[in-house]
Amino acid sequence: MAASEQEILEGLAEIVNEETGIPTSDVQPDKSFTDDLDIDSLSMMTIVVNAEEKFGVRIPDDDVKGLSTVGDAVSYIQKASS
Amino acid sequence: MTTTSLTDSQRVVVTGLGATTPLGGDVPSTWQALLAGKSGVAVLTQDWVESLPVHIAASAAVDPSETLERVEVKRNDRSGQFALVASREAWADAGSPDIDGDRLGVVIATGIGGVLTTLANYDLLREKGARRVHPLAVPMLMPNSAAAHVGLDLGARAGVHTPVSACASGAEAVSYAVDMIRGGRADIVVAGGTEAAIHPLNMAAFAQMQALSTRNDEPERASRPYDKGRDGFVLGEGAGVLVLETLEHARARGATVYAEIAGAGITSDAHHIAAPDPVGRGATRAMQFALKAAGLAPEQIAHINAHATSTPTGDVAEAKAIAGVLGDAVGTPCVSATKSMTGHLLGAAGAIETIFTVLALRERTAPPSVNLDDPDDEVRLDVVRGEPRRLPDGPLAALNNSFGFGGHNVALAVRSVDQ
Repeated sequence: MAASEQEILEGLAEIVNEETGIPTSDVQPDKSFTDDLDIDSLSMMTIVVNAEEKFGVRIPDDDVKGLSTVGDAVSYIQKASS
Repeated sequence: MTTTSLTDSQRVVVTGLGATTPLGGDVPSTWQALLAGKSGVAVLTQDWVESLPVHIAASAAVDPSETLERVEVKRNDRSGQFALVASREAWADAGSPDIDGDRLGVVIATGIGGVLTTLANYDLLREKGARRVHPLAVPMLMPNSAAAHVGLDLGARAGVHTPVSACASGAEAVSYAVDMIRGGRADIVVAGGTEAAIHPLNMAAFAQMQALSTRNDEPERASRPYDKGRDGFVLGEGAGVLVLETLEHARARGATVYAEIAGAGITSDAHHIAAPDPVGRGATRAMQFALKAAGLAPEQIAHINAHATSTPTGDVAEAKAIAGVLGDAVGTPCVSATKSMTGHLLGAAGAIETIFTVLALRERTAPPSVNLDDPDDEVRLDVVRGEPRRLPDGPLAALNNSFGFGGHNVALAVRSVDQ
């Protein structure tokens, strides 16, 4: 069964916290990875690689560039895993 | 003896010490264990050990994950983690100097660099594919990773460097730092070495060189420099870091001065890629250059922290070189072989042994060597056996030797400083 948006958000927040130390409560759908969370491109790649493993999806590098907010990533993962 | 042609603006002194070693997670605990003659060597508990001829190593007494932030652990190779722990202790010990980052340098050496990261990611590549290789693998595995992370941590912008000269690396870092300060590039340099190489590949490779002790049943007795029964070194891990600045700079900010790095001698053997020159010509010249740079005569050396790794050929070659340099004064200094307790920390060894040499002068106490039950007949040195030895009153000077595969020789002359 595919994960719900809320489950994906929580799972993503755990990964972001694990890789960057940013509190899970700061990882909200409207937050920009770069402007709000100050996540650099290498850290973003570590998040993507861990998200791929956790949710069983593949996020091509070209698509990563389009994921500017946490909500974008949640939607992408849900669509890719459904 | 403390007379020198250098001015206080040229004399480079030690004002902070930090370490994490097989004997302790910081300098005080390491030093106390060293004086007590404790061994940091134990049988490894990892399941891969059974497939190797060597089952013993000197693992860090305190895992860096106990003191670092979780994210710092994830983003640093284990060698970088050790360097962060040791450099923070050294920086705090120096009083966390208020300095413009443009005038602060870092020199953190290593023998092998981020080899655990390299190997872990090779396993990931083979087992899970290219997509699972860590995006931060390169900045973690590169040899300058530890130095760069320490530089970031301290905001050092006067240059960050990583000498690589195998087991002489840590001592070369201290020499490099002295040159940076005397050359006017920095006012303070944080210098040392780090190593984290306890992995089946490294241990198998060293074992194939016949370099490691196989005294698996008696781990605490395996590292036995100068003893007839020695059969190789014991691999250790950890880091040692010193804060260096000129005597003038240290006094101007009211810093505690441990000792002076009075001179350094660096040479190369051009003899063999791994074997030491049997009569230690390169080592001899390194010690002679260090003494000359420091303005010291052989009879003024009260203490030597020898390289003495517990290999059959290396210990004798160094002992002969020391005897040749000291001549009639060969009986004057007491010699400590501290790897008998710490094991061999490769690129960190020269740094932690510089710390031991500095503390020996400061505390007027030479640490013991353990496991020297039956001294090699070819070693004509006054080795401190069993118990620590009190050093004489008055001004003191010492040598610290470090040599590495590749024919690298580094000797540092250390001198006490009147407070």
